[in-house]
Amino acid sequence: MLRTRALSGGVHLDDRKISSGKPVEFAGIPPEIVLFMSQHTGAPAKPVVKAGDHVLAGQVVGEAQSFVSASVHASTSGTVKAVEDRYHPILAKPSTAVVIEPDGKGEIWEGIAPGSDDISTLSPEDIVKIARNAGLVGLGGAAFPTAVKLSPPKDKPIDVYLLNGAECEPYLTCDARLMVEEADEIVFGFRAMMKAVGAPRGIVCIEDNKPEAIMAMERAISGKSGIELCILKTRYPQGGEKQLIQVVLGREVPPPPGLPFDVGVVVSNVGTAYSLAKAIRTGMPLVDRVVTVTGAVGSPSNFRVLLGTPVSFLIEKAGGYTGEPGKVIMGGPMMGISLPRTDVPVLKGTTGIVVMTKDEVNLDKPLPCIRCGRCVDSCPLRLLPVWIAAYSDRGMYEEAEKYRALDCCECGVCAYRCPSRRPLVQSIRLAKQAIMEERRARAQKVSG
Amino acid sequence: MTERLVVSPSPHWKTGKTVPALMLDVVMALMPAVVASVVFFGWKALAIILTSVSSAVISEAVYEKAVKREVTIKDYSAVITGILLAMNMPPGVPLWMPAIGSAFAIVIAKQLFGGLGCNFVNPALAGRAFLMAAWPLHMTRDWLAPGFFGGVDAAASATPLAVLKGASGGALPGIWDMLLGNRAGCLGETSIIAILIGGIYLIWKEVIDPRIPLGFIGTVFVLTWVFGKPGAFFQGNAVYHILSGGLFLGAFFMATDYVTSPVTAKGRLLMGIGCGAITVLIRLWGGYPEGVSYSILLMNLVTPLIDRVVVPRYYGWKGEARKEKAL
Ligand code: SF4
Ligand code: SF4
Repeated sequence: MLRTRALSGGVHLDDRKISSGKPVEFAGIPPEIVLFMSQHTGAPAKPVVKAGDHVLAGQVVGEAQSFVSASVHASTSGTVKAVEDRYHPILAKPSTAVVIEPDGKGEIWEGIAPGSDDISTLSPEDIVKIARNAGLVGLGGAAFPTAVKLSPPKDKPIDVYLLNGAECEPYLTCDARLMVEEADEIVFGFRAMMKAVGAPRGIVCIEDNKPEAIMAMERAISGKSGIELCILKTRYPQGGEKQLIQVVLGREVPPPPGLPFDVGVVVSNVGTAYSLAKAIRTGMPLVDRVVTVTGAVGSPSNFRVLLGTPVSFLIEKAGGYTGEPGKVIMGGPMMGISLPRTDVPVLKGTTGIVVMTKDEVNLDKPLPCIRCGRCVDSCPLRLLPVWIAAYSDRGMYEEAEKYRALDCCECGVCAYRCPSRRPLVQSIRLAKQAIMEERRARAQKVSG
Repeated sequence: MTERLVVSPSPHWKTGKTVPALMLDVVMALMPAVVASVVFFGWKALAIILTSVSSAVISEAVYEKAVKREVTIKDYSAVITGILLAMNMPPGVPLWMPAIGSAFAIVIAKQLFGGLGCNFVNPALAGRAFLMAAWPLHMTRDWLAPGFFGGVDAAASATPLAVLKGASGGALPGIWDMLLGNRAGCLGETSIIAILIGGIYLIWKEVIDPRIPLGFIGTVFVLTWVFGKPGAFFQGNAVYHILSGGLFLGAFFMATDYVTSPVTAKGRLLMGIGCGAITVLIRLWGGYPEGVSYSILLMNLVTPLIDRVVVPRYYGWKGEARKEKAL
């Protein structure tokens, strides 16, 4: 067994994985599918269909426009109702989407051709191409285009590939279920990823609160050379890319714009490996994913969900609300986004839907900072959230920048621990936005 | 759908430990010392504590009402200031002294600076320093020999520290008496065991960082051992030094005050060591027999500097960020 290092800071959270025993079920075809052109980090895709077109599952509806981008595919067959602006839950503003009215047949596009069951017949370039054509992005939440991740710069050799099955956010069980049910597929996809970047060594990282997943993955990797298992002590936010690299390898990624490439590492989520495996074997692009629907719902579940399915449809499928809903979170309770409405669709990066009741919603007023240092002690990046936030609150963004506001990964641990309930992450986020705007303005002045 | 949803930025979870909960823990942790003071010095001790606490709470409420700020007495911080100030008084003081001292601590040292979180010295210690300056005789003379409930001898009795420093009027008490609290001293300075129970409770509950008390007491131990005996090294009576005076009370309950101690772990260790060094300096070579409260006050003043200079090595940095930040 690999020896791990301690995470800097972090917290032990009550994990509330109430849906961990629920096998993944197909959620069904919803009455409407909304596919945003922007579901990933990078440039939005460009719609290539128009209202009235008939589309089939797997057919491209939005084409990637640049290197850092990802195509979008119809997740089921039906008629394009409209190409229009819809409210985008992450961007929190209207954004272009292709809206499909499913015909309920789920017919697959004739362009989908089964691929290979043997990785040795594929070149690294083939694998990157498959990932790109499949519109694959990181399914752990960040939604970074996988093809880009699989193409590290030539001068940065990769010696380790980490497969992230930590799933450290409370409540979420989509990765854990996938590992239990599809361990072999995941390992197949992982081996393809390793081959694409030329990594001789692969490590599957799982937190110790998922014994079933550990067993399944252990079995699936046995006999596969170059792949080992690393069991982590459960601690938030260990599933963060930088944290995982620190804990498993003892390396630290240089500050932004530093990337894991810089220390010879690539990290991908288990869900991404699974979807890559499917794309390689069946030729099917990314049209669905596993989503945990949990919290204050009748029957917390793990669903295989067609991308573009409305959140409200999933909450109904999971037995509806129990009690009065207070918050509906897309993602986990630590880093997820609280939705103002539930007619928004599941995106490629949606890991879960967590419903909190009215009583669970914390509306305490922030008190003055007492400088207790709890936020400092718990920051996994060893930043000083107390000062970054204090300067940000006073509009002193340059000072906030000196305290490395831009390094913050918004994991939320500082705000979780603050006894004065200060909205630290929000303050830091504001500082980050202001600093980035300032930089952009400066760059424009220089170039113009 | 017509549900009304709350929209707020992440994280959507917060800990249950709020400021009042933490402060209540501190109040609880002070209870053994409060009980011990009453056991050794009788109801007079209780009267001092109650007077001090009421004065602190009332001053806070009145001041905040007067300047139309939100009244914050429910956060227990004024209660703590009141208890701590009382713990820093000799048991023989007249009751108007804790009343004035607490009012000063709350209004001048805390509220005038903007209230909890904005003060830069520990209010209770500021109150004590004020009383020391204004009525030095009451603060240094009104010692009582301890006894169980009212068996108190009204005659002045020298504290162990004064004895260590060569005062006449008493012999050193035995170690057991020092541990239990059967000796002369301020209300809360006597029973080491009672304070330790509270201190360990706070460390166990993760309310305070052990670096401060350990750094503080450890430094005093080492330095008094090395320099404690004039003319000879490594022969000082270190055990008596750490057990006497207000060291344990100060180290566990006053140097650890959040607002006036550094925010980083390294900074807090530095705070503890600094307090210890200054205490020994005052005790061995200064004009007062006791240096704990002045050392903490001095380190309170240095805390902003420590916070500027002691910056952790940020993740992924190899020291560049620190240079960028240097003064
Ligand atoms: S945790 Fe909150 S109260 Fe404590 S130092 Fe940080 S911001 Fe201030
Ligand atoms: S949100 Fe940012 S500042 Fe706060 S703990 Fe996480 S990384 Fe540190």
